[in-house]
Amino acid sequence: MGLLGSLRNSISRVANSLFEDNGEPKRIGIYGPPNAGKTTLANRIARDWTGDAIGPESRVPHETRRARRKEDVEIERNGQTVTIDIVDTPGVTTKVDYTEFLDHDLEKEEAVRRSREATEGVAEAMHWLREDVDGVIYVLDSADDPFTQVNTMLIGIIESRDLPVLIFANKIDLDEAQVSRIENAFPQHETVPLSALEGDNMDEVYDKIAAYFG
Amino acid sequence: MAGIEPETGEGVEIELISGQRMREKTSMEKIRMILDDVRKGNIVILEEGLTPDEESKLIEVTMTEINPDDFSGIEIESFPQQAASEGGFLSRLFGGDQPSAKLTVIGPANQIHSLQKNDTLIRALISGK
Repeated sequence: MGLLGSLRNSISRVANSLFEDNGEPKRIGIYGPPNAGKTTLANRIARDWTGDAIGPESRVPHETRRARRKEDVEIERNGQTVTIDIVDTPGVTTKVDYTEFLDHDLEKEEAVRRSREATEGVAEAMHWLREDVDGVIYVLDSADDPFTQVNTMLIGIIESRDLPVLIFANKIDLDEAQVSRIENAFPQHETVPLSALEGDNMDEVYDKIAAYFG
Repeated sequence: MAGIEPETGEGVEIELISGQRMREKTSMEKIRMILDDVRKGNIVILEEGLTPDEESKLIEVTMTEINPDDFSGIEIESFPQQAASEGGFLSRLFGGDQPSAKLTVIGPANQIHSLQKNDTLIRALISGK
C-alpha cells in the first residue's frame, strides 16, 4: 500500500473511532470462498470465548447457506476486553451448479434444494458486506491458489468500502499449505497464518483481532 | 444489443462493449445488460469493467437468477485494477468507488470450460450453446 493509501486508511480509522463508535460491538464478517474454513474458524472463536458454536462444519461446499451472527463475543487481550459480533457468511462464488453436490452423495432433489439455498446465501452475504459489517476477516485455504477472480473482486469491494480487513491463511496444518502465496497475492494487507481446525497460532489471531477491530 | 441485429444460429456470440457505452448506463442497467447477454449464451467483454460496488451487485443479482434448469451462474476474469497512480491526485488520496479501466470478460459458467489469466492475457475455452 502506498503512502497515500496508508494515509487514507489512517484517516478513515481515526474518523471511525471518533464519529462512529456508538458503544455497540463491531460486526466482523467472516468472508472467503467456499470450503476455506470460515465456519470452523467462527466456531473456534465462539467456543474459545463463549463456549458455544455458531454452525455445522462440513467438507461439502456451501454447508453454510445463511449468514449467522454470534453476538457479544468478548475477547481478552493484555488485560483489555474487546467485544465483537461475529458474522459467519456463506462462501462467495459467481456460480452454483447443483450437479457438483451429486459428487458428495446427495440425491438430486437434495442437491437442487442445497444449490438454491446456496445462491440465496451468497446474495445475503453480499448484502451484509455492503450494508451491515464494520470489518472483515477474509479466510483463505493456504493450500489453494489465492489468485482467483472472486478473491480479487471481494478484496476490491472490501477496500472500496474502507472496511478494516485481516487476511487469515487457514489450514496451515496441511502439507500443501503455502502462506507465502497469500502474502504475495494481497501484500497490501496483513496475513495471519493459522489452522482453525487444529487451533494453531490462535494467540496471534486474537492479538490481531483485538488490534484491528477493538 | 440495440443498433445491431443479433445473429441467430449456431455458435458463440462475443460482444465487446466500449467504456463509452457503459458510462451512459446506470449500475443496474449495466448488470441487466450483462446478465441478459450472458444468459443468451454470449460472451461479454467490457473495455472498462465495473466498479467494486457494481461487481458486488452483479454477484448478488447473478445468484438470484441461477436455476438448476438453465443457468448456473457466470465466469468472470479481469486484468488487475490499474494502479491508483494512474488517477488524479484526489482519486489517489481518497480512492473510493471510481470506475476502473480493467478489461473484463464475462460468460455463462456452463459454457466456459476454462478461463485463465496472467498479467497480460486472458484465455477462454468456450463450448457452443
